[in-house]
Amino acid sequence: MNARLWIPMLLLTTGQALSQGFAGLGTDAEGFAVPAPDPQFAFPADHGPHPSYRIEWWYLTATLTGADGRDYGIQWTLFRSALRPEEAEGWDAAQLWMGHAGVTTEDAHFYAERLGRGGVGQAGVTPDPFEAWIDDWAMISTAPTGADALSALELTARGADFSYDLDLRATGPLVFHGDEGYSVKSADGQASYYYSQPFYEVSGRLTLPDGPTEVTGSAWLDREWSSQPLSADQNGWDWFSLQFADGARLMGFGLRSATRPTYTSATWIGPDGSATAYPDGALRLTPLRTESVSGRDVPVEWRMELAARDIDVETVALNPQSWMGTSFPYWEGPIRFSGSHEGRGYLEMTGNE
Amino acid sequence: MTRAACAALLSHWRRHPGQCLTLILGLALATALWSGVQAINAEARASYDRAAAVLGQDQLDRLTREDGLPIPLAEYIALRRAGYLVSPVIEVELSDPGARLRLLGIDPLTTPPEAQAPALVGGEISFEAFVTTPGRLLVASETAARPLPPDLPPLVVTSGLAPGTALTDIATAARLSGRSDPSYLLVAPVQPSGLPPLAEATDLTLSTPQSGSDIGRLTDSFHLNLTAFGLLAFAVGLFIVHAAIGLAFEQRRTSFRTLRALGLPIRRLVTLLAVELTAFALIAGLIGIILGYIVAAALLPGVAGTLRGLYGAEISGQLAFRPVWAVTGMGIALIGTAAASVQALMRVARLPLLAPAQPRAWAMASGQAMRGQMMFAIGLFALAFLLGAFGTGLIAGFACLAALLVGAALALPSLLTALLRLATRFATTPFREWLLADTRQQLPGLSMALMALLLALAANIGVSTMVGSFRGTFTGWLDQRLASELYVTARTPSEAAAIRAALRPRTDAVLPIVSAPVTLAGQPAELYGIADHATYRDNWPLLAAAPDVWAQVAAGEAALINEQLSRRERLAIGDPVTLQPGWTLPIAGVYSDYGNPVGQAIIGLDLFTDRFPDVPQLRMAVRVPPDRVPAVVDALRAEFDLPAANLIDQEEIKRFSLRIFEQTFLVTGALNILTLGVASLALLASLLTLAGMRLPQLAPIWALGQTRAALARAELARTAILAFLTFALAIPVGLALAWVLLAVVNVEAFGWRLPMQMFPVDWLRLGLYALLAALLAAAWPAWRLANIAPSTLLKVFAHER
Repeated sequence: MNARLWIPMLLLTTGQALSQGFAGLGTDAEGFAVPAPDPQFAFPADHGPHPSYRIEWWYLTATLTGADGRDYGIQWTLFRSALRPEEAEGWDAAQLWMGHAGVTTEDAHFYAERLGRGGVGQAGVTPDPFEAWIDDWAMISTAPTGADALSALELTARGADFSYDLDLRATGPLVFHGDEGYSVKSADGQASYYYSQPFYEVSGRLTLPDGPTEVTGSAWLDREWSSQPLSADQNGWDWFSLQFADGARLMGFGLRSATRPTYTSATWIGPDGSATAYPDGALRLTPLRTESVSGRDVPVEWRMELAARDIDVETVALNPQSWMGTSFPYWEGPIRFSGSHEGRGYLEMTGNE
Repeated sequence: MTRAACAALLSHWRRHPGQCLTLILGLALATALWSGVQAINAEARASYDRAAAVLGQDQLDRLTREDGLPIPLAEYIALRRAGYLVSPVIEVELSDPGARLRLLGIDPLTTPPEAQAPALVGGEISFEAFVTTPGRLLVASETAARPLPPDLPPLVVTSGLAPGTALTDIATAARLSGRSDPSYLLVAPVQPSGLPPLAEATDLTLSTPQSGSDIGRLTDSFHLNLTAFGLLAFAVGLFIVHAAIGLAFEQRRTSFRTLRALGLPIRRLVTLLAVELTAFALIAGLIGIILGYIVAAALLPGVAGTLRGLYGAEISGQLAFRPVWAVTGMGIALIGTAAASVQALMRVARLPLLAPAQPRAWAMASGQAMRGQMMFAIGLFALAFLLGAFGTGLIAGFACLAALLVGAALALPSLLTALLRLATRFATTPFREWLLADTRQQLPGLSMALMALLLALAANIGVSTMVGSFRGTFTGWLDQRLASELYVTARTPSEAAAIRAALRPRTDAVLPIVSAPVTLAGQPAELYGIADHATYRDNWPLLAAAPDVWAQVAAGEAALINEQLSRRERLAIGDPVTLQPGWTLPIAGVYSDYGNPVGQAIIGLDLFTDRFPDVPQLRMAVRVPPDRVPAVVDALRAEFDLPAANLIDQEEIKRFSLRIFEQTFLVTGALNILTLGVASLALLASLLTLAGMRLPQLAPIWALGQTRAALARAELARTAILAFLTFALAIPVGLALAWVLLAVVNVEAFGWRLPMQMFPVDWLRLGLYALLAALLAAAWPAWRLANIAPSTLLKVFAHER
């Protein structure tokens, strides 16, 4: 989830004041499609891009353990941002692509960014066979015929001082958030299509300035697309994914508002992939400690409460300085949690000025 | 004491405001010409640097194809997908005869930050507007103000871009140029970790940025030329300063003696005089810098036109004030003053306290000194000869010029003495004999000013001979080269075919003109394909050719190259020239190609279309009897609705080319006239100096019965004789100068050699100007002599001052 990026990406692409309140309408003023309730997903097509929507992403995070016993986290993201609701051939830029990759260790955080336009082959996503790529960064399906394309992936990325090459194998089904994949983002009704594959087992290799390390762990892929920005009063976003010892997962986010209480949403995912959505207010997020990161005060320890599931945990960042100093900067890194439950997860925070 | 001495010294200038003015004017003019030229050079260099820095070309590596053709899009994508951070640029030139625009299409999503592309996020330029149709063209304000090709996207004025260049999105450039393959790829300095070196991953050529831009190197010769002119003007200006300082010191000799006698230490006197001169230098330097700025601002548009015409170099037509040349201008004013006054100051320092004043002593240079000068001059002539005959390079050419000019200036007094001595033999009356002898005796005092006049005249003759020869050759060459009556450019290949079909029955011949960019001898060059036709066989200006040159070219067995390429690479008839990797043809001819800075080659049309099947045949030359040209033009215009720019007749191109030519030498002409003016001022200053000192010589003649009017006429006559003799000596010096310019400097600077032509009528006019200038300079001293009070002349006998 990367709500904060919506705002700059939309500013980047439209350069005009944000419009709002289009929920439920078929298209917005500029001809972009708008998410509607009761989605009917069709795969593998919906693993691919939806150019008639403004914004879309393939967002993967993984908590890893090295052969050296140390904890690592990696991020691989491909964003799509549309200038027009269509595909175009050649240099004519209708679709823009942005890749972010990061590797986090206890004492270091590496990241890189790539930009490109669709139409010439530098970046894009094809649903069948599934491949998402920008430059040499790629997320390629290795799933056998008949299986879901996202059930097995090869993932590569490379920056000035790091690279990784990972194999991912899903042990559970796709999970749909909100109402069957229709995820509401504010009390005003802004929404997106949102599903995940939270059950990857990962093995592969990280290469850092000190040399290569074999790693294993688990990964989480988010797929989301929409045309709507946040509500005008919403200024930031905190997104959590937690992995519990019994194989269950929890996705939760809070959209911070300047004038209203934080809008929260959560999905409890059983070890078998069964999903339970929790409405606004069910999840409580409380920052416990902030740290100065890149000149901003960023909460790096949180209390998460989901009373319906008897969850009351405190999270701690593996590396509080997990700052993505990209074109649109944000915090993204692996966490550990303890309290009523214990385990590892990922945290993303945007809009911390 | 110091205060009294100051008052005494300064009172001189109050009593002689004209002299004060001459000194300041001379110094200011010298500084103005020098700093004006420097200002122009600084502005041009800044423009080149700006052009070179666009897209970080001065620091980013580039990938290009060896044959200079665009890089296939797939090859770019393959490099990106292999992980290399390279960014595409489509560079094209949009041009029609009246307007030219270099288009740089970049991909802002992949451009390395080092390219310093204008900020598109958070800046005043909207990213979305930039990357979506119709796109935007970022241009400098002066580019926006000039005529541009039609149907361009909206312009956005941005600072930091070179004139004549538009920065735009690659999609916009692709749409305007009709091609999608990048011209070259910019390489980010830091590549991702773990990749093999880029050079191993591609067949493209990796070139690192070179220090100094190409255009900067190309135009170096032009700027060296300007600098040489500035230096010459400055040297001439210094003669004025020297004369004015000499006069002021001479006239104050009695004051110095009195001050010394009153107890002013010699050291303090010299210090005071040095301070006084420094003050003069500062004031005059300041005026000079202001004047220099005005001169430069006035000349810069001409220089810009010159550089555009000769080299295709774009420089800004607006002058920015740069402290660098202002400071150097002030420095050179101070140094010049010091150089011009050191002799006078040393004389003051050695002034015997109680010795009677010897007003003429300093002017009476010994014959020995003159002989020494002559020997030195002969040495310089020998050096000039050696440099001209055996030297290579532009610096050697200019050194040859300098040796020639300085040698001529140093030899002048001896030569004039010899000529005057010769003339004395033919003197018929004692008065005339006295006049010639007196003239000879005055030479040392006038020699500086006459040297200045000689330099100015020689430079004038030399440069105008060079320009005249160039113009003569150039117009003749244009007549040959532009043999066809009409030149037509179609907009599309199908339109071209239709036009050809329409023209064929109405005209004698339609000759396609096709060209492709190639790399010849490692430099960007142009390759043309021409049809086998009498138009070329009869008219093409060949400098050297194999016997059956046209048959060989038509058969695709040989190529023609232009003179520039032939000279630069020392290629002669029969030598092979590599047109593309693995494709070599023998050279069958060398043709003159004035006004073109780059190399060029010509092959037969059939061979060209074989090799470059994708180059559309849009341009054509049409042979049609001249009286039918208007009818054909009207018919084409009516039938195909062609824009005016796509239909040009021969006369129009000639006019256009000649206009560029005239512009090219506008600056040279202006500097020439200014130099001559400065030399006249030097003469005036020297004559004024002498007039004050010569009374002891004139008084006896007056006492012997000559009237003051006759003496004044004699003064005028003397000046005229000297000016004429100097002019006569300037002719051979000027012609030698012209020869060096044509045979050495031009070849080095432009790559072509021109036959020298003589223009005696121009010399005559120049001689008259010189005479007029000399007479004007002599008029005031002569008028004063004619009206001098007899008592003043009598006083010469009454007391020896």
